[in-house]
Amino acid sequence: MITIASLKKGQRGIIKDFSVDVVPLKLLEMGCLPGNEVSLVQIAPFNDPLYLNINGSHLAIRKETACLIEIELI
Amino acid sequence: MAKHINVALIGNPNTGKTSVFNRLTGLNQKVGNYPGITVEKKQGTCKFGRACKVHVLDLPGTYSLNASSVDENVVIELLLNKNDKDFPDVAVVVADIENLKRNLLLFTQIKDLGIPTILAINMSDRMKRKAISLNVPALEKKLKTKIALISSRKNLGFDYLKELIEDYKHLSTKPSLNASSISPEYFDRLRKAFPNQDLYKLWLVITQDVNFGKLDRNELKGVASFQTESISNLKRLQQKETVIRYQFINETLKETLHIDTANAKDLRSRLDRVLTHKVWGYVIFFGILLLIFQAIFDWSAYPMDFIDSTFASLSEWAKNTLPPGDFSSLIAEGIIPGLGGIVIFIPQIAFLFLFISILEETGYMSRVVFLMDKLMRRFGLSGKSVVPLVAGTACAIPAIMATRNIENWKERLITILVTPFTTCSARLPVYLIIIALVIPDTRVLGIFSLQGLTLMFMYILGFGAAIFSAYLLDKILKIRSKSFFVVEMPNYKLPLPKNVIITVIEKTKAFVFGAGKIILAISIILWVLASYGPGDFNNAEEIIKNEYASQNLSEEEIAMHIDSYKLEHSYIGHVGHAIEPAVRPLGYDWKIGIALVSSFAAREVFVGTLATIYSVGSDDEQTIKNRMAAEINPILGGPLFNFASGVSLLLFYAFAMQCMSTLAIVKKETNSWKWPMWQLVVMSAIAYVVALAAYQFLK
Repeated sequence: MITIASLKKGQRGIIKDFSVDVVPLKLLEMGCLPGNEVSLVQIAPFNDPLYLNINGSHLAIRKETACLIEIELI
Repeated sequence: MAKHINVALIGNPNTGKTSVFNRLTGLNQKVGNYPGITVEKKQGTCKFGRACKVHVLDLPGTYSLNASSVDENVVIELLLNKNDKDFPDVAVVVADIENLKRNLLLFTQIKDLGIPTILAINMSDRMKRKAISLNVPALEKKLKTKIALISSRKNLGFDYLKELIEDYKHLSTKPSLNASSISPEYFDRLRKAFPNQDLYKLWLVITQDVNFGKLDRNELKGVASFQTESISNLKRLQQKETVIRYQFINETLKETLHIDTANAKDLRSRLDRVLTHKVWGYVIFFGILLLIFQAIFDWSAYPMDFIDSTFASLSEWAKNTLPPGDFSSLIAEGIIPGLGGIVIFIPQIAFLFLFISILEETGYMSRVVFLMDKLMRRFGLSGKSVVPLVAGTACAIPAIMATRNIENWKERLITILVTPFTTCSARLPVYLIIIALVIPDTRVLGIFSLQGLTLMFMYILGFGAAIFSAYLLDKILKIRSKSFFVVEMPNYKLPLPKNVIITVIEKTKAFVFGAGKIILAISIILWVLASYGPGDFNNAEEIIKNEYASQNLSEEEIAMHIDSYKLEHSYIGHVGHAIEPAVRPLGYDWKIGIALVSSFAAREVFVGTLATIYSVGSDDEQTIKNRMAAEINPILGGPLFNFASGVSLLLFYAFAMQCMSTLAIVKKETNSWKWPMWQLVVMSAIAYVVALAAYQFLK
């Protein structure tokens, strides 16, 4: 499965549908929604967390959350 | 009659909501707390020309009406309660032009509550540079509202915003979204059960309990007990609501907002590349920390010396001018030194809040969180714990409140528990005077002052203790909590001087009045206890005169002996002698014991207490330092404050939980007495054992 966690720096993807039981509502409210484009801006030292640009919103989330969100590479 | 309008400012974090508030109200603002909780309540007033008075409430920043913390909950509690005296006549939703899409989510929710709502789009001065164009009339029509393009940085658009506020009665209160579209079937059921209620409000009340458990609700009683849906179903519906809202927003903005993305690669990415770099990122962060500490130690020394000497001479002046008696000595020996002990902290506190607010305003703090998260997680903390740990060097109280945005409860609890180990500014005067007494004033390698290095070591010790105990707590505490972490990385901004100044003034004021009350009360109590006593106390003069009758002593020497005899037999002397057995193994006498015990109210009273007990009459550190240096250990002989007892005292203050206000705030934030009591007992036990070991080893 390709998830946000498998993005390389500068790569982009489209978020696929995911289960609300594992991904918190707050993340959705900040723009992380199915159908939106996500790109990896920067990885923190020691490879975690990930600095993302989701649909124009700049957020950082941890890898453990990122690997729950499936994407399609573009 | 003057028209009175209640305005609520609402918006996502990082939209410049507070600068809008500052622009509207100027310095006409008041910061307090919401009753019963420690959420800051900022309100202010302004006048709009013709007899129209506006009361502005700056609500805590939130991403949506689905609260996940006490701060966010304040917003929804107010908006659902029509009877609240602060209930807004009109809501102003502040949005950032560059994050309009995300900011509109909250706007549509507020709009659906039926409150007249104005959309204030901030940072509009950046539109040209960022190649953003917005069709305002079309957007107004789609959102059924009025829009003010403003810039708090350039002070643009505020006249129009004020006009809109004044004319709030002409705003449409139609919802932007039909709530029933979230789930027609479910909302139909709700309508049947509660025919007289507004469905969207009802829905919010029901779902709040899903996100945020313990709420006292006055309104819409009986709803909570109404078993509507399973929690996971409600969560799914909330997700659906968010999706539907974003669909609406996307459609709306597609036709009205145009961003030329070619211009997007800018300052942000260039700065990020350096500031979050795996080497430079840390180098810069520690450089900034060093600068902050430099400011606190070095730069604030000058105003502090000035305050110190001013209060010393003020006390002297009071003693000489007021008619002698109990009242004048209460003023000169109790109240003035006590007040001095508060005022002397102002420079340090101001510097600390100055730096912290600049770091937050610029957007750099989020980068630090990003940079430190993985490292901190090894110790059971979160990247977001860095903010409280840094803020803890000023004062643990605001630091503990700053833990609220840590999503994971276990990480948050550990942060709260270990923050009091960081060297807060109240420990500083204790460290300064003891280091000056027992550490030789020499230089290491010709440049570094040994006293300065010792002080730095005390800070490192504090951080070390915090990190190490976090590591242990992470292993000990068995709390299962869902790990989740999200932080917004805002655009870099130059801090607005007005915002920074207002923050520094407000925080310093809060500190002075909050801590001030305790310190003042304690100095008065101590003065009373030291100035009166039972039995022999009242015959001190006679006893001493008889005792020294054979020796030829000067008036002054006799007076000194009388004073010290009085002190030994005062109420405080009796208490001190009672606790002496407990503190003697640490190398202290009963007077230090008293200072230690009174320090449990607040550490900063240590110096003041010794000043009062040694009856020097002033809090001047030089005089009290000389007096302390002259103290003789009653049992062993030799100076009382020697290397061994000095180190033991330093270590005791480094570890002991001596601050009632911190305990009170921990109780509020954790909602139980268990954790503050735990801190009090464990930290003080560690302090005792370490100080004991150090003294016994070094003596």
